[in-house]
Amino acid sequence: MESNTIVRLRNIVVEYDGERVLKGIDLNIHDNEFVTLLGPSGCGKTTTLRIIGGFVEPMEGDIFFDGKRINGLPPHKRQVNTVFQKYALFPHLNVYENVAFGLKLQRMPEKEMKLRVAEMLELVNLKGFERRGVNNLSGGQQQRVAIARALVNHPRVLLLDEPLGALDLKLRKEMQTELKKIQQSLNITFVYVTHDQEEALTMSDTVVVMNNGNVQQIGTPEDIYNEPSNAFIADFIGESNIIDGIMHKDFLVEFAGRDFDCVDKGFSRQEKVDVVIRPEDIKVVPQIAGQITGIVESVTFKGVHFEMIVDACGYKWMIHSTQAEVPGSCIGMNVTPEDIHIMKKMEAEE
Amino acid sequence: MKKAASRIYMLLVFLFLYAPIIVMMVFSFNESKSRTVFTGFTLDWYYKLFQNDVIISALGNTMLVAVIASIASTVIGTAAAIGIFAMNKRLRSFVLNVTYIPILNPEIVTGVSLMLLFGFIGLNLGLTTLVLAHITFCVPYVILNVMPKLRQMNISLYEAAQDLGCSPVRAFFKVVIPEIMPGIITGFLMAFTYSLDDFVVSYFTTGATSQTLPIAIYSMTRRKVSPQINALSTLIFIAVLLILLLMNIRDARAYKRASQNKKGDSL
Amino acid sequence: MKAKSPAFPYLVWMAVFIIVPLGLVVYFAVTTETGEFTLDNITHVSQYVSVIISSIWLAALATVICLVVSYPISFVISRAGFSRQKTMLMLVMLPMWMNFLLRTYAWMTLLENNGLINKFFGLFGIGPFDMINTQGAVVLGMVYNYLPFMILPLYSVMTKIDGKVIEAAQDLGANTFHVFSKVVLPLSVPGISTGITMVFVPAVSTFIISRMLGGGGNLLIGDLIELQFLGGSYNPHLGAAMSLVLMVIILLCMSIMNSFDSEQEEAMIL
Repeated sequence: MESNTIVRLRNIVVEYDGERVLKGIDLNIHDNEFVTLLGPSGCGKTTTLRIIGGFVEPMEGDIFFDGKRINGLPPHKRQVNTVFQKYALFPHLNVYENVAFGLKLQRMPEKEMKLRVAEMLELVNLKGFERRGVNNLSGGQQQRVAIARALVNHPRVLLLDEPLGALDLKLRKEMQTELKKIQQSLNITFVYVTHDQEEALTMSDTVVVMNNGNVQQIGTPEDIYNEPSNAFIADFIGESNIIDGIMHKDFLVEFAGRDFDCVDKGFSRQEKVDVVIRPEDIKVVPQIAGQITGIVESVTFKGVHFEMIVDACGYKWMIHSTQAEVPGSCIGMNVTPEDIHIMKKMEAEE
Repeated sequence: MKKAASRIYMLLVFLFLYAPIIVMMVFSFNESKSRTVFTGFTLDWYYKLFQNDVIISALGNTMLVAVIASIASTVIGTAAAIGIFAMNKRLRSFVLNVTYIPILNPEIVTGVSLMLLFGFIGLNLGLTTLVLAHITFCVPYVILNVMPKLRQMNISLYEAAQDLGCSPVRAFFKVVIPEIMPGIITGFLMAFTYSLDDFVVSYFTTGATSQTLPIAIYSMTRRKVSPQINALSTLIFIAVLLILLLMNIRDARAYKRASQNKKGDSL
Repeated sequence: MKAKSPAFPYLVWMAVFIIVPLGLVVYFAVTTETGEFTLDNITHVSQYVSVIISSIWLAALATVICLVVSYPISFVISRAGFSRQKTMLMLVMLPMWMNFLLRTYAWMTLLENNGLINKFFGLFGIGPFDMINTQGAVVLGMVYNYLPFMILPLYSVMTKIDGKVIEAAQDLGANTFHVFSKVVLPLSVPGISTGITMVFVPAVSTFIISRMLGGGGNLLIGDLIELQFLGGSYNPHLGAAMSLVLMVIILLCMSIMNSFDSEQEEAMIL
C-alpha cells in the first residue's frame, strides 16, 4: 500500500559538542504508518524524533512536512505532538487542565473542549479522572494522561519518546496493545522511539534500525527479523549466533570446520563473511547425526523454551529448544540451508 | 535576538549591583578626600586604616563574638535539631514556629526585645550581652540546616550500626553525626556569617566599649569623614571575593572528582 | 535517636531569649512608667500614622521593583548551564556579603548633589537633580540592598521546573508568552511569596537606609522605634508599642502571602 509521505528527512546531520550525533539520516514516513526508530542508547533515535518535533535544528539537511520544508519552524507551530519519556505533565494543573492545555491555546469553545477531553480520556481508559491531580497518579495513569494530552489536539503525527520505559512488564505489554489499537482507530501516523526490539517488532508497520547516528535498515518487522542486512542488526534483533565463515562460491559456505549448503549468493570467491543462525533454528540431534558436534555447557529454563550454551568448534553456540539436554553431554547440531544467513563483514566504524 | 536582549539585561543589573562598590574601591586610592574628583593615586588611606585603633579593636571584637557565637549556636542548635526530630508533631510544630521568630521578625524588634530583657535582668550591655544576642539569632539557622539532613538520613544506617554491635550512643556519633555533618557545617558557616555582618541587633545589645566592626563603620559613616571607609570596603570586598572563589574552586574540584569516578564505574 | 533531651538546653534558651523578651515588649507596650496597665501607648502610636503608611508604601514599592527586576534574571540563571549558573549566583551573592552599611554609604556618595551621578548628568548640561534625602533614594537603597534576597528564592524555585514541561507546553502550541504565563509563572509562585517576605520585612523595618539616604526628613517606623530607645526622646513604652504595631503589620502581610501559598513548609529561607 503506497500512501503519501507525510514526513521526510533528507540527509539530516546533527552535532553536539563537536560530536556527530546524526550522520546524514534519510527517512520517509508515510501517512497512517506506525514507524518505530529502534536502536541502542546513543544511536540518535531520540535526536531524530526531536528533529521532527522541532526541538533540535539540523546542522545540515532538510525536513519536509507534507511536502513543505519546515526547517526552523518552532515546535508550537508544527502539526505534531509529543509524548515525552517522563510524561512532563504540568504539576500545577489537574488531569482535565493538562489534557485541555493545547485546546485552550487554540481557543476552542468550552463545550466542545469538554466533549473532546471526555472522549480522549475514555479512549485511554481514564474516564472520570478529570478533576484528579496528576502528581499522585500511578505511572501508567500518568502515561495515559500524557497520551491523551497529545492526541486530543488531533495531530497529523504523534511522536512518542520511549513512553513505556518506566512501566512494569505486564503493564507495558497492555499499553503496547492499547497504543496500537489507538493508532489504527484514529488513523494517525505514530513515530515511536524505543531500544526494546520486542516492542518494536510487536507494534510497528515499519522498523527503522539505527546505530551510531546512521540508519542501518528499514523494513517490516518480519523483514528485519528474518533478513537482517548486517551482523549488528542480526545481533540486536532477537538472539543470534554469529560466526566467521568463508564463501567458497555461490550457495556454498564454510564455517565451523565444514562446508554447508546455503541459499545466499553474490559474494566474491573465498570472501570472508559473517554467518548468522538463530538459536531456534538449530536442531539438536544425536552426536553421530550432527553436522557440528559440541559439549553442552549450560542449560537455563526460560519458561517458553530452554536456552542451552554449547561449546563447539571454538564458539559458544546458543540453542533454543523445548527439550533440555544434560550439561556435559555431547550432542549434534543441524541446520537447514534456509536458516543460514550470510552477510558481508561490517567495516569497523571510527 | 532574545539572547542578546537577556545578555544586555543581565549586564545592566550586574552593573547596578557593582557600580557603587567599584566607585568606593576606586576612590579608596584617591589622594584627596574628595569623593568625586580623582586627584592622584595613594595608599595612604590603607596605612591610616591599619593604624586606626578603633577599627582594629572593633574588628577583634567582631571576630571574637562571631567565633564564640557560631560555635555555641552550632552545638546548641545541632543538639536541638536532634531532640526536635524526636518530638511528636504538635510539639515539634510549636518549637519550630518559635524558632522561626528570630528569623522572620524584623531585626529591630529582636534587638529591642533583647535590650529590654537585659535591662530587666539587670545585665549591663557589653560583650556578654552581645554574645548572648548573637547566639539567639544564630541558633535557628543551625537548626534549619540540620533538620533537613536528619529527615533525609536513612535510619537503617543507625540501626545497622547497632546490629553490628554499637551501643545507641556510639552508633549515634559514628553514623548519624557524619551523615548530618554537611548540615552542621552549613549551619555553622551561616551562623558565622550572620554574626560577622550583624548590625541592628548588635546596635541595641552592645555597650560603648565593645563595638563591633559594623557599629564602628556606622559611626564612621555618620561623620562622613575619611576615605578610610573606602579602603575598608575594598579590603572586605577582596576578602569576600577570595573566600567565594576558594569555595567555588573547591566545589569544582569535588565535582570533577565525582564525574571522574562515574566514568570509572562505567568501565 | 528517640531522645528529646538533647533539645533541652535550646528549649530553655528559647524561653529565656525569645519568648520572654517578646513578652517584655508586650508588657512595656501596655504599661506606663509606673507600671499601670494602659492602652495610651498604643493610641499614641496612631499619631504617627503617616509614618507607618509611608513605611509600608515605600517597602511595598521596593518589593514590587525587586520582583519585576529579579524575575527575568532568576529565570535566565535557572536555565543556564551548570558552571555558568554557579558563577552568576556567586556574582549575585557577592554584594550581599559586603557590609550593609558600606553598600548604603556607597550610594550616598553617588547620589549627592555634587556626587558622581549628578556630575555625569552635568556633562550633558542637565541637572543637578535632588536625589539624596528623598523618598526615591530610600527606595533605591532598599532595592539595592534586598535585590539578591528576591533573586535567590526565585532562582531556587525555577530550577525545579522540569525543562521537559516547558517543551511540552511548546509542543502543545504555547508561544513564549504563553509558556511564561501558563507554566512558569504558576509554578514559581512559592518562590515569589518567599522573595516578597524576604524583601518586605527588612524593608519596612529598616532605619539605616532611611537615615543615610533619606536624611532627617523621611523617617520610617524603624527610625521612630530607634529614637524611643536610644535616641533623644527616650520612651521605651512608646517604642514597645510601636514595635508591637510593626509586628502586627508584618503578621498581617505574611498571612496574606500565605493565603496564596499552598503547602510550602520547607525552609525556603535557606
